[in-house]
Amino acid sequence: MARAAVFAELRAGRPGAVGIGLALGAVVLLGLIAAHAMETEGHVITGMTNRVVWGMPHVFAIFLIVAASGALNVASMASVFGREAYKPLSRLSGVLALALLLGGLAVLVLDLGRPDRLIVAMTHFNFRSIFAWNIFLYTGFVAVVGAYLVIMMSPRWAARVKTAGTVAFLWRLILTTGTGSIFGFLLARPAYDSAILAPLFIALSLVFGQAAFLLVLLGLARFDGRPVGDQLVTRLARLLGLLAAVALYFTALQHLTALYAPARAESARFVLVEGGIYTLLFWGHVLIGGVAPMVLAWHPAYAGRRGPAILAAALALIGGMVQIYVIVIGGQVQPLPLFPGLIVEGGVLDGGVAPYAPSLPEFGLGLGGVALALLGVALAARFLPLLPLRLADD
Amino acid sequence: MNGAADPARRDFLARLGGAAATLALAPGLTLMAGPAEAKASGGRRWGLLIDLTRCASGCEGCVKACGEENGWAGAGRPATDAQWIRKVTVKDRKSGASAGLPVLCQHCAEPPCVDVCPTGASFKRADGVVLVDKHICIGCRYCMMACPFGARSFVHEDVTDQKPHAPRGKGTVESCTLCVHRIDKGGQPACVEACAKEGGAMIFGDLNDPQGALGKALARGLAARLRPDLALGQGVLYRGL
Repeated sequence: MARAAVFAELRAGRPGAVGIGLALGAVVLLGLIAAHAMETEGHVITGMTNRVVWGMPHVFAIFLIVAASGALNVASMASVFGREAYKPLSRLSGVLALALLLGGLAVLVLDLGRPDRLIVAMTHFNFRSIFAWNIFLYTGFVAVVGAYLVIMMSPRWAARVKTAGTVAFLWRLILTTGTGSIFGFLLARPAYDSAILAPLFIALSLVFGQAAFLLVLLGLARFDGRPVGDQLVTRLARLLGLLAAVALYFTALQHLTALYAPARAESARFVLVEGGIYTLLFWGHVLIGGVAPMVLAWHPAYAGRRGPAILAAALALIGGMVQIYVIVIGGQVQPLPLFPGLIVEGGVLDGGVAPYAPSLPEFGLGLGGVALALLGVALAARFLPLLPLRLADD
Repeated sequence: MNGAADPARRDFLARLGGAAATLALAPGLTLMAGPAEAKASGGRRWGLLIDLTRCASGCEGCVKACGEENGWAGAGRPATDAQWIRKVTVKDRKSGASAGLPVLCQHCAEPPCVDVCPTGASFKRADGVVLVDKHICIGCRYCMMACPFGARSFVHEDVTDQKPHAPRGKGTVESCTLCVHRIDKGGQPACVEACAKEGGAMIFGDLNDPQGALGKALARGLAARLRPDLALGQGVLYRGL
């Protein structure tokens, strides 16, 4: 890839294009129908309750927003850290970041009890709220990455790419710090209440974004019949394996520090040992989203092979969704420690493990957000010169 | 009520001040808006003392009274029905000794719900009462995530039989208002009134007034707050645990 890359839009009339577009559009429509039902009927049609107040839509939304930040990895590697090999991929990296954020925000907004009051959220701010800060971080991300993309795609601004890339890189670190802090600032819940959640979320973003990028890149290239070299694919996967290790490190730290503090140990034991389905999901994610991608990316037996690299990315995404589910839902089903050290019993709000079963509208809304993100990338790639014609290894 | 001004006149002025921000939903039904502070005096801090030695374990008088007063009697779906006040039982793991107590919004001096609310819909009046401005609540439920006491409810479905003094709205969050519509007229919260007919475990009053009923009751012995480790300075105190 020493030669300057030639970028081009996806070609028109590729077989399956209409089918893919319609399928994604249908899922987006399904999401809108689900959101409409939730608004007209109320959240009573979801699995959410007064105890598990954030449900499956939040799992999808947080997953997408965290992944959005990480999708910028590749562009940052090129613009900020000078890795030339990633330069031809930077445009797609930026567009994917925007699309994932758009999908996540759509889910988050449509899950509100009053989505019609979005304008209120945009005009009334409480600056003590990390949530309010996140509104600025999200809209700022769109502006910063948008400007970065324009600069990257305009040859006359080539000298500004590094500056724009650095701003975008710093912005996304702050953005994910903000997302993690939404949970980290919840002082009353032992499952959260930890500064470690901010760096943990940054580590997760690197994994989700890298994995999503790898799969989207290969999907688009395959769709348009563009060659992608095995070396490039495995290089992306090796980085993914490294990032998965970093995420596992922070996950381990999260639970070990909690185990050390008596007030939080019960919550950590819940996730690690006693939490039934949540424990199962936790260790499942360690295996699927952590260990497996590391092995697939780094084991000599798989070196240079494309199949294991793709599998590593897919497993990292599945494991990532599971991990966010354990964090968001597993953190809420545990009883609030009204009286630390004493057993609290009562109605549905107190004691025991709260039941939660995500409903179809919740999945509909969440998947709608995923489809919206994918549709956004597909349309952008169709109408903008995002990808080089050749990504072969020569 | 130690305010010297004529209550009717004060009421009128407060209405005048809030007119711009208070929306009439229907004849006789308005939503509470920002300038509710107009009625709250910064010199007072409303609070409650709950004496657990007088709170009978099977008694749900306060819960029933609150539901009737504020119109949140449920649709028969406990997981999603509103619960502004509830009875919980706490037990010692080893001895099995237990006590029952009502848990409601604790009207914190440093309310986490107010801190985390992105739009400022969760707010604290000058007299310490923590409320939700239902005009600007977007239904994000972050306050419910932040409340250490599970005191807030999200309205999960259409509501009927609303009380004009306690408007509710599907898709917004709500909690105990300390019956502001009563206490602003010099009355007592409905739960306290109901409790007086049962065990008389609840004493309402001004935490800043050592000569008032609450001040005197608090002087008679130590009372504690839930989760003292969080240092939230709640207006609701418990004795006898």
